[in-house]
Amino acid sequence: MNLALAPETLARWQFGITTVYHFFFVPLTISLAAITAGLETAWVRTGKEKYFHATKFWGKLFLINIAMGVVTGIVQEFQFGMNWSDYSRFVGDVFGAPLAMEALLAFFFESTFIGLWIFGWDKLPKKIHCACIWIVSLGTILSSYFILAANSWMQHPTGYTIDKATGKAQLTDIWAVLTQNTTLVVVFHTLTAAFLTGAAFIIGISSFHLLRAKRRRERGEELGEKRKKQVGAMRASLRVGLVVAVIAGIGTALSGDQLGKVMFEQQPMKMAAAEALWDTQAPAPFSVFAVGDVSKGHNSVELEVPAALSFLAHSNFTDSVPGINDIAQREADAYGGQPDDYIPSIFMTFWGFRLMIGFGMTSFVAGLIGLWTTRRKRWLAPAFRTGEDEVPRLMLTKKREMSPLLSTWSWRIGILTMGFPLIANSFGWIFTEMGRQPWAVYGLMKTADAVSPGVSQTEVLISLGVFTLLYGVLAVIEVRLLTKYAKAGPDTDEKPPAKDPKLRLPSGGPGGPGGRGGPGSPDGGASAEDEDADKPLTFAY
Amino acid sequence: MHLHDFWFLLIAFLWTGYFFLEGFDFGIGVLTKLLARDRTERRVLINTIGPVWDGNEVWLITAGGATFAAFPDWYATLFSGFYLPLLAILVCLILRGVAFEYRHKRPEDRWQRNWEHVIFWCSLLPAFLWGAIFANLVHGVPIGRDGNYAGGLSDLLTPYALLGGVVTLVLFTFHGAVFAALKTDGDIRTRARRYAAGLGLATAVVAVPFLVWAQGDSGNVRSLVAVVIAVLALAVALIMNRRGREGWAFGLSGVAVAAAVAMLFLALFPEVMPSSLDPAWSLTAANAASSPYTLKIMTWVGVIMMPLIMAYQAWTYWVFRKRIGTRHIPATH
Repeated sequence: MNLALAPETLARWQFGITTVYHFFFVPLTISLAAITAGLETAWVRTGKEKYFHATKFWGKLFLINIAMGVVTGIVQEFQFGMNWSDYSRFVGDVFGAPLAMEALLAFFFESTFIGLWIFGWDKLPKKIHCACIWIVSLGTILSSYFILAANSWMQHPTGYTIDKATGKAQLTDIWAVLTQNTTLVVVFHTLTAAFLTGAAFIIGISSFHLLRAKRRRERGEELGEKRKKQVGAMRASLRVGLVVAVIAGIGTALSGDQLGKVMFEQQPMKMAAAEALWDTQAPAPFSVFAVGDVSKGHNSVELEVPAALSFLAHSNFTDSVPGINDIAQREADAYGGQPDDYIPSIFMTFWGFRLMIGFGMTSFVAGLIGLWTTRRKRWLAPAFRTGEDEVPRLMLTKKREMSPLLSTWSWRIGILTMGFPLIANSFGWIFTEMGRQPWAVYGLMKTADAVSPGVSQTEVLISLGVFTLLYGVLAVIEVRLLTKYAKAGPDTDEKPPAKDPKLRLPSGGPGGPGGRGGPGSPDGGASAEDEDADKPLTFAY
Repeated sequence: MHLHDFWFLLIAFLWTGYFFLEGFDFGIGVLTKLLARDRTERRVLINTIGPVWDGNEVWLITAGGATFAAFPDWYATLFSGFYLPLLAILVCLILRGVAFEYRHKRPEDRWQRNWEHVIFWCSLLPAFLWGAIFANLVHGVPIGRDGNYAGGLSDLLTPYALLGGVVTLVLFTFHGAVFAALKTDGDIRTRARRYAAGLGLATAVVAVPFLVWAQGDSGNVRSLVAVVIAVLALAVALIMNRRGREGWAFGLSGVAVAAAVAMLFLALFPEVMPSSLDPAWSLTAANAASSPYTLKIMTWVGVIMMPLIMAYQAWTYWVFRKRIGTRHIPATH
């Protein structure tokens, strides 16, 4: 059989495509849920309209995203069984538990309360409605925790034993799986990266609107009340985005450093590959640029920072870091086969690692610069003020108050940065998953042994083709829709719900069992309901 | 009772919940082309399930995840064995979910019409395929000595399985019509009741022979009880529908769905995937199960979470209890 079309290769491509694709939506969902929740809280607490408009606006973009995140997530759960049935048999006892917990503790919350949030604007009291989006946010975070616990077990198996009779992994300690350092550090790293992603998304779109407002202003157009309100909502959002980007950026860097140290210890091959460090060195240099040659076992081009890798791995400038050749030999001795069998794609790991850090850090730096240039003293030109609540903070005119960095170009950079964390996330996953090869579960099961033996090449080819095509088409539709709604900006004509609906329980409740009675019922609820009987829904599909 | 027997029960319960809930979701999807006369009516139907369809679908994800955790071998054989039908279901569920969320997001007629086609076909196809898959599951499929599926696609396309598919399709559409009658108002509500009457009879015509066939093929005394309950519930649901007792009719059509699913699982037990090649190669609740430790942990999580989940999902239905009519549908954006 042609190796390029072997079921294993096809199944890996499918897993790679569907997972990277799914993970475009995941970090945006995690962060936008929390940020939308924060904005709604600001609205509930202050009653300021700009927070309401910002909530509705980012909420809308969040919903366009989560729709894709939810449906592409179903594939993830099914495809372990479909393409990787031997893997599922081998690990199910351990790996299935966090997956099932994810469904029971996170998905149900997310999916149920998102429905309440979308449709419940005029049905739920403000505070309860706001609580719904917080529950969704909590659900997304819990969900990532459980799935990362499962993934961490593949990176570093723990809390298990191999059953002698069946040869399968068996769970012996769930807490070890849920609380091992790999899990905790990865969760921290992924969540901070997710917030960096959402922050960059918000910075990009806010920048777009503020740049547009600035241009209109420069052309001498008078901004109407609606546009002024939009600027208000976008400025508030921009600040939120910048603050989150900086905090999340620092968190991503710190957790990334921690994760690197954990990986040096648990998967030295992955980190050696990330650095294209062929030979064990003490102290080991950090490679800035390298062109590796696997067949020769060394790099043909190299640019290094001396001793920096030792520092990353061990926090000192002297200790040795094991190289690819030594680790490969060691693994071949331990597990059989040739050393070459244990070397992952150096090209993908080396460059994946660099692109992850490069794009991630660029968006962090952009956030930092943005936060500085929009700091307190910069003021919002009078033409943009809505009078409601604008403390002068951010200026948009070209006149005297202008910081040199806040030119048209800095807004453009803000827009451009939007996609950077998405690229960083993708390469982060490609790096960490490809860096673990040839293992599916490190040290326990090779990817080649994990595929479904009963599934034919044709079947995997069909599903790979179908998913690639489907995801491609949906990507076009999604991006277009997102662009349309992002460009339209907040609907500042929309009024917040006029009255706060009372929460009424099926029976009992404040009015007692008779509360649902006729118009004369004590709380008057029934008559209020009659009044609204013909009112159109505030939101409908 | 062994823990793996309890987990068999729980997974049966999750599937039953899934078909009870997403059954009417699928039915509503199919009815958007049968019952609704224009776009506003289609939107009335879609919005009856708008706030809840996503939560309903999680029952499937949980059934899948629970099977993975409690019966890894069952999960592995089931999902790799029914590869192509499951692929089709996945594609449908993806498109259908996106269709609900995106249909109203652009005003163009073509955009909305295309997503409406998606909602119809991607409700119809899974409603059919689930029946075909479960019919195969209960009847037994070629499973080899190593526990892997050893057949091809043609082994799944038996008349028995196809009839099973037709049964779930018609049953879910009936269930959806009864739900529409309960949740809508005005002209569409009257028509939904009329459709329910017809679809209920159609369900009886296909479901009774199928259940008798399934009972003869792999049934036992317990499953016979479920068959009787399913048939009775369907009959009484039809009577209630005729009398305009929509709440009762919906409750009973739900009982009919649940009893039909229960019948299949009762016929299955103690096996989880019988092999048509050699009974010795069948997967059973005992030999496909996880270790007692894993089952114990999952039991704690399940026993604590399931009542809570059911409580807040029920509350969601309460919040959105109001009937929807064409007058409630806001103009397109």
